[in-house]
Amino acid sequence: MTAVPDPRPMACPGCAAAPADMPVAVAQPDDVLLSLPEIHCHNCIRDAEAALMARPDVASARVNLTLKRAYVTPVGDVPADALVTTLAEAGVLAHPLDPTALQSRATEAAGRALLMRLAVAGFAAMNVMLLSVAVWSGATDATRDMFHWISAAIALPAVAFCGQPFFAGAWRALSARRLSMDVPIALAILLALGTSLWETALSGHHAYFDAAITLCFFLLAGRYLEFRTRAAARSAAEELTALEVPRATRIVGGVPLDVPVAELSVGDVILVRVGGRIPVDGRVREGAAELDRSMLTGETIPVPAAVGSVVAAGETVVSGPLTIEATAVGRDTALHRLADLVAVAEAGRARYTPLADRAAALYAPGVHILAALAWAGWMLWTGDMRVALNIAAAVLIITCPCALGLAVPAVTTAASGALFRRGVLIKSATALERLAEVDTVLFDKTGTLTEGVPQVLNWEAVPKDARQVALALARGSVHPLSVAISAQGGDAAQVDGIREVPGYGTEGLWRGVRVRLGRSGWAGPEDAGDASLCTWVDMGVGQVSRIRFADNLRPGVRDTVEALRAAGLDVEMMSGDRAAAVAATAQAAGIDRAHAGCLPADKVARIEALQAQGRRVLMVGDGLNDTGALAAADVSLSPASALDAARVASDMVLLGTQFDALPEVLRCAGAARRRITENFRIATIYNVIAVPLAVAGLATPLIAALAMSASSITVSLNAMRGIWR
Amino acid sequence: MNVLAYLIPVSLMLGAVGLIGFLYTLRSRQYEDPDGDSRRILDESWDDRPKP
Repeated sequence: MTAVPDPRPMACPGCAAAPADMPVAVAQPDDVLLSLPEIHCHNCIRDAEAALMARPDVASARVNLTLKRAYVTPVGDVPADALVTTLAEAGVLAHPLDPTALQSRATEAAGRALLMRLAVAGFAAMNVMLLSVAVWSGATDATRDMFHWISAAIALPAVAFCGQPFFAGAWRALSARRLSMDVPIALAILLALGTSLWETALSGHHAYFDAAITLCFFLLAGRYLEFRTRAAARSAAEELTALEVPRATRIVGGVPLDVPVAELSVGDVILVRVGGRIPVDGRVREGAAELDRSMLTGETIPVPAAVGSVVAAGETVVSGPLTIEATAVGRDTALHRLADLVAVAEAGRARYTPLADRAAALYAPGVHILAALAWAGWMLWTGDMRVALNIAAAVLIITCPCALGLAVPAVTTAASGALFRRGVLIKSATALERLAEVDTVLFDKTGTLTEGVPQVLNWEAVPKDARQVALALARGSVHPLSVAISAQGGDAAQVDGIREVPGYGTEGLWRGVRVRLGRSGWAGPEDAGDASLCTWVDMGVGQVSRIRFADNLRPGVRDTVEALRAAGLDVEMMSGDRAAAVAATAQAAGIDRAHAGCLPADKVARIEALQAQGRRVLMVGDGLNDTGALAAADVSLSPASALDAARVASDMVLLGTQFDALPEVLRCAGAARRRITENFRIATIYNVIAVPLAVAGLATPLIAALAMSASSITVSLNAMRGIWR
Repeated sequence: MNVLAYLIPVSLMLGAVGLIGFLYTLRSRQYEDPDGDSRRILDESWDDRPKP
């Protein structure tokens, strides 16, 4: 779908009557878009807007809480990073988004267009139904004709406007020489209007204007529910691109210069500062640093990088600036290959046929054959074209998949709402159906089963003075281990001249002695003995202490795994981390099958192998390295702490920090699926009763309207009946 | 039955007023950020005077 830049895309009388120039949160072409993943209340909105508006170079800023985004209209050229820094100072976490990579405006326009059609159809249906009630209660002769003509005057333009999605859908299906649910819908609407006009012109008794427009209304309601449920699900590849660093610092002749990443080429020398994400694949030219690769590989421990080290786009520099010579840019980077992996995997998932489509494949041909038979039968019996066409129209209207069109979206919407209150966000329309079939659950380790944030293990065991020195040294650094130490709190020693040695640690002077906090070999003994996560405090007088860290399991993981097992599901774990760390986590979580050292492609391969065995796989993951697996799995879930790209690639997002809800979500999915089948059955029963009446020529417009409304309302009510027992 | 000549246009007009009202809220994008709008009402910053 292409973006519609025109602010008034619709041509209808209502649009001409309504102003469109309101100050609203919608992206203008030169707006800066920021993602604010952690905002959740009015205080966050106020703080973020106040902080942005306080800048002299910001003309206006508006936060959209639903999308968790800020739209900033700058005066002149404002780098997004400066805005991110401003927000960080105000305590709001922000990431720059590349507005050209997002197509949300097209989605917004489609949603508004659908809602507008629904409103027009509702208005028209109400008025036509009012006139029809007058006809059914006994209006005759000229009065009846007048009511029919007024109904026609309302229904014809309304259907021409509201029915467009169905006509377009039917045309697409017919051009591709297949039948979809839209074909019987479009045929029923057109035939009903045609025969009704004919009848009205001959001042006949029966007109189906009310049926045609009510049909539109109910079906549009189903479409809109479906759209709303899916609107949250944006394309994974889109968001991956938007997440990429839009700007980089290129060094030309020793002078740093801010340039868009798109302008970088192989051989350029790029400076990446602390906390920055590396924009290209490359080799380190100058500097030493530690890199957080957890989003790419799942490794918990930051990796040291020195001159000559190979680095990849998407890694974050946690200490010391780095100068990098680019070896691959743009589409050739490892990050982009991950995006490609997602695109390929998504194509695989598209093979899933939703229940509604399977029902349509059975239903559409049957309806057409039935209507054609009814027409042919009456044509032979009476030889009267008018009667035969009327009967055929009645059959089509009564069998029209009105209730079928509501059966799935109504259940999905009700179940999504129920799950949302339990902290689970369903993004894909068919996720619940697919979830109901799952028999294998695959977990990622870092950040999914574990919290992804190191915690100090042996704080009390470290000598008091070493603790105070460690605290003082740690406070000056953004390294994850330092942050973990700072989080312990307490009194810090008075340490002077603190400086960070990139790639090694932090050092300073305490009581005239040089003290260090850092990696083994620099602050502690050369060989630490084992590979567990730790750092050393060197008190400078031959006294060294070891501070151990662990990446803790999220609370409740063990119970969740047991509950999943009890529900008859297989549980496995896949991680890019080292075998020892993976085995320890697997044991703590009670998972007996674990795969370590998995590359992103390995994870996808594992899922495909399981699928080849006929398994239905639920993937739970949070990193960039999981996006391919998330997209390849039959259905996928990511925690809210996951990167946007992983959240976008998955069908469901868990808003809380615990997986307690997971077994319940699976139960709910099963219930929703049963409810959908039930709805199909209800719709069929209505048809079985009403169709013989229509074929026998006993179906008046009153009976058609009753059957249609009653079945639609029963189906909706059945969907809303509590999914939770 | 002559009263119909007034009542039908009147009822259609009233319906149309509702429709145009709805289209106005839609065109002015009041459904764009339902979460944000429901939170913004809790903000006390502009309780005493309108936002400039």
